[in-house]
Amino acid sequence: MKERSENITSKVPALIALALILFFWWALCASGAVPSYMLPSPVDVVRAFIDDFPNLMYHARTSLQEAAYGLLIGIGLAFVIATVMDRFRLLDQALTPILVITQTIPTIAIAPLLVLWMGFGMAPKITLVVITTFFPIAVGLLEGYRSADPDEISLMRAMGAGRPQIFRYVKFPSALPHFFSGLRISASYAVVGAVIAEWLGGFEGLGVYMTRVKKAYAFDRMFAVIILIVIVSLLLMRMVDLIRMVSMPWERAGRNADRKHS
Amino acid sequence: MEALRTQQITRSFSGRVIIEDISIHLRDHELVSLLGVSGAGKTTLFNVISGILPPDSGQVLLHGEDVTGSPGKISYMLQKDLLLEHMKVIDNVSLPLRLKGISKKDARAKAKPLLEAFGLEGTQDSYPSALSGGMRQRAALLRTYLGSQGVALLDEPFSALDTITKGQIHSWYLDIMEKIDLSTLFITHDIDEAILLSDRIYIMTGKPGRIRDELVIDRPRSDRKEFNLTEEFLSYKKEVLKVMGNR
Repeated sequence: MKERSENITSKVPALIALALILFFWWALCASGAVPSYMLPSPVDVVRAFIDDFPNLMYHARTSLQEAAYGLLIGIGLAFVIATVMDRFRLLDQALTPILVITQTIPTIAIAPLLVLWMGFGMAPKITLVVITTFFPIAVGLLEGYRSADPDEISLMRAMGAGRPQIFRYVKFPSALPHFFSGLRISASYAVVGAVIAEWLGGFEGLGVYMTRVKKAYAFDRMFAVIILIVIVSLLLMRMVDLIRMVSMPWERAGRNADRKHS
Repeated sequence: MEALRTQQITRSFSGRVIIEDISIHLRDHELVSLLGVSGAGKTTLFNVISGILPPDSGQVLLHGEDVTGSPGKISYMLQKDLLLEHMKVIDNVSLPLRLKGISKKDARAKAKPLLEAFGLEGTQDSYPSALSGGMRQRAALLRTYLGSQGVALLDEPFSALDTITKGQIHSWYLDIMEKIDLSTLFITHDIDEAILLSDRIYIMTGKPGRIRDELVIDRPRSDRKEFNLTEEFLSYKKEVLKVMGNR
C-alpha cells in the first residue's frame, strides 16, 4: 500500500509538467500567435486522432510487425555476438570497433540504401530496426557478463563447474538487469526505426502514412501519428518492465528486503 | 582415519614464492585452523588444496587419493557467502549437487531435511536477500557441506559478521559439527576464533608462507562453552602469540 502511494506521488511532478506544456501549447494556438496550419492546437490533434483512429490502427499494425520482427532478430543477434565476444577475447578486440562504427552511421542515411538494396517491402524496415536495436542490447549483455562477481566464478570452479554451468548460473543471471536496461531503450528505438525506414518508401505503415498526410498539409493528422508513436513506444517500454519483473522475481524480493532493513 | 593431507606444497607467482613446503593433515571429523597474518599465503594454499590452482610442486591427497589440481573434490567456502541472489535458498544450498548432474527435484529432496539442522527452516522458497547475515553464512555452510566428500575448506567464513552474530554462530558451528560428517580446515586471522573452534591449529607465517608450528587444543569440543573466559584459553592464546611474535 505504502509502495503504491509512493509510486503515485513520484509521478505527480511529471504529470504537472506535461499538463503545463499542453496548456502553453493550447494557449499559443488559441492566441493566434502561430497559424493553425503550422501548429495545430492539442484539441485539433486529439480530434484528428479520434477521427482517424481506424486508419492509424491499420498502419500501426504494419509498423508494429516490422518493429517486433526487427527487435526479435536484434535480440537474437545481440545475444549470440555478445556471448561469443565475452567468450573469445580476440573476437571482442576485433568486433568492438566495428560495433561502435555501426552506431555512428546515421539511421536516416542508411535507410535509403537499404530500400535501394532490398526494395519497398518489409525487409529494409526490419533490417533498419535490427541495426538500431541490436547495439544497446549487445552492449548491455557484454557489460552484464563482465559484471559477474569473480569470487562467484572462483567458487563455481571450486565446485567443479564447467564453462557452460558458470554461464548458466553466474554470468547470464548477472547480465539480465543490463540486458533489460538495453532492451528498454531498444524497444523505443524499434518503432522509431521502422517509421524512419517507411518514410523512404513502402505501401503501408505509420511512416508511409506520415508522408502522405504531410503532402496534404494535414498537420493535425501528422501530430496524431506522432502521439501514437509515443504511446506505442511507452507501452513497449512498460511491457519490457513487466517482463523484467516476471523473469527476475529476486529483484523485487531484494527491494522488499532493503525496505525492511532500512 | 586421515581425511586430507598436503605433501610439501610449494606455489609461486611471477617468480616469487608465496607458499613453501606446506605439509599438513586433517583427520576425520577434525576441525583444524590455519592461523596467520594477512599475506601469509593462506588463501593461496586453499586455492591449491581446492584444485583451482595447481601447485609448482607437492600433492594433495583426499582420503588417500591424489586430487592435486582437480576442482570439485574438496568443498570450499569463502569469506563472502556468495549465495546466488537469483536462486531460492533451497536451490542455492543444493547447487553443488546440481553441478554433479543430479536433477533439481532430487537435489532439493536431499537438501530439504538438512535445512532445520542449519537453522534455515521456512526459508527454502525465499531468496537470499531475505536472510540475515548469520543465516546467509549458515546457508553457505550447508551448500559447502552438501558439496563435500567429507572435507571442507572454510576461508574466514565468519569474519564479516558483527561480534554478537559471530558469537552465536560460533556456538552453532561447534554444535552442528557434532551432528554432521564433515572435517574442516578453517582459515582465520582471529586467534580467539581459532582456539575456540579448533582441535588443532597450524600457525602459518610468511613470506614465503610456511607452517611455523602446530598447537593441539586439548579440550573436548563439546565443552567449549565459555571456554574463552578461562585461564586455559588465555594460556593457549599466549602460546600462539609467542610463536607468531618469534617468526
